[in-house]
Amino acid sequence: MTPSDYLSAALLLAGGLFFLAGTVGLLRFPDIYSRLHALTKADNVGLGLTVAGLAVQAESWAVAGKLLLIWALVLLAGASVSYLIAHGALQRGMRPWKR
Amino acid sequence: MQNLYASLALFLLLNLGAGMWRVLRGPTASDRMLAAQLFGTTAVAILLLLAEAAGSAALRDVALVFALLATVTAVAFVRRAWLDPEDENDTE
Amino acid sequence: MISGMLDIVLALALMGLAWGALASADLFKAIVLFIAFGLVMALVWVRLNAPDIALAEAAIGAGLTGALLLAAYAKLHAASPDTDVDNASRVRGIPFILISVLTLLLTAALGYAVWTLPSDGAGLGNDVAANLDRSGVSNPVTAVLLNFRGYDTLLEVMVLLLALLGAWSLGLSSPRREAAPGLVLDTLSRLLVPLLILVAAYLLWVGAHALGGAFQAGAVLAAAGVLMLLAGWRLPAALAALPLRLVLVAGPATFLLLAVITLLLEGRLLQFYPQWAGRLILFIETTATISIGATLIALFLGAPPNREDRQ
Repeated sequence: MTPSDYLSAALLLAGGLFFLAGTVGLLRFPDIYSRLHALTKADNVGLGLTVAGLAVQAESWAVAGKLLLIWALVLLAGASVSYLIAHGALQRGMRPWKR
Repeated sequence: MQNLYASLALFLLLNLGAGMWRVLRGPTASDRMLAAQLFGTTAVAILLLLAEAAGSAALRDVALVFALLATVTAVAFVRRAWLDPEDENDTE
Repeated sequence: MISGMLDIVLALALMGLAWGALASADLFKAIVLFIAFGLVMALVWVRLNAPDIALAEAAIGAGLTGALLLAAYAKLHAASPDTDVDNASRVRGIPFILISVLTLLLTAALGYAVWTLPSDGAGLGNDVAANLDRSGVSNPVTAVLLNFRGYDTLLEVMVLLLALLGAWSLGLSSPRREAAPGLVLDTLSRLLVPLLILVAAYLLWVGAHALGGAFQAGAVLAAAGVLMLLAGWRLPAALAALPLRLVLVAGPATFLLLAVITLLLEGRLLQFYPQWAGRLILFIETTATISIGATLIALFLGAPPNREDRQ
């Protein structure tokens, strides 16, 4: 395994960890807003690290660029959709959880 | 490396399954909206990993298209299928 | 070994999701499970080395059908707000046992059939590869869909139009006016719709030699239209009568016209001269993409655009 393989593996594993964190947050957090928070942020970072790990292994700059563009697109879409869900929840009167 | 891609894809698939549990269980309809968000990111990651594992550049196009379509489905969720609070209580 | 486990998990997930989508009492849950099923199905196609079908499944099966089902769910609820909208039918007793036994027999028969397939059988793959240079394209899937088995695709395009006619003939009127989109949805749609149209054009063009094709491109185009509809856009009334219908019919009509012409010229349905085949295929695919996109958008809207005025 070359050094770039090790780097790639490290990035991919870190990405997997963030996905796990997102899922744990989704399952354990007490209300819709915190769950949305965990899902959107952790999963998108996880995807970013996964993309970085794959881009290191990519066979050309064009492929790495395509991977990064896919990530940017998912980031844009994820942020907008999370806003829409949170706004909708607020409009329907869901109160954030208080201790 | 191949094993790493496949095992990560499997891991993400299990993550998806665990997330689905919350989506289906979630007491309010807004929790079900999270399905769209969940699929959007996890599925794209799985597809990109499988693309690298199979060495097929075409699968990256599949990932791109899926990212776009998942967004449109998510917007359809929020704008169409999210019913008013009174109706929510009826269908629970 | 790991890929084997991945395949097993995918297969089990597929069956579990299918069962959940059919047996779930809450209709909304069923729709979510169906979308998940479409996604897992796309992954299964990837594992089976069929990226073209995976693309079609991801675009149409998971994405667009999901949006259609959600729109239908919203309409159901708007139509009868008092009753529970759910998957109410339950089968019990003798019919249940009978159906279960028949299904198990069918599964066993299919499983046996797949198991005894020769493992090196390329099917018709060799014949397709041998004739590929006469088909006008270099992607074997497109060659089969648009040239060697063109009349299957012709019928599929017709069926889609028929589905739209069926939906329109239900006599529904468009529901309440869409609520004004906030700034975020507005901006998102302005950014994504051009990108979706670009990706659709890319898939259409590249279908001749790589992953793509008319149905996939049409589905992505439809996604652009659905996003515009969700963000509050409506077709201007002037375009809603004849121009819309022309666009809807353009694809099937072109295909049918070419079929009739080839039948008259060469005595065989959809037999293209090799030197013309590439251009004809692109022409058919372009009109088909636009028609498929328009048809799916119209299916999402549910009622013909000019019907909302007469209430």
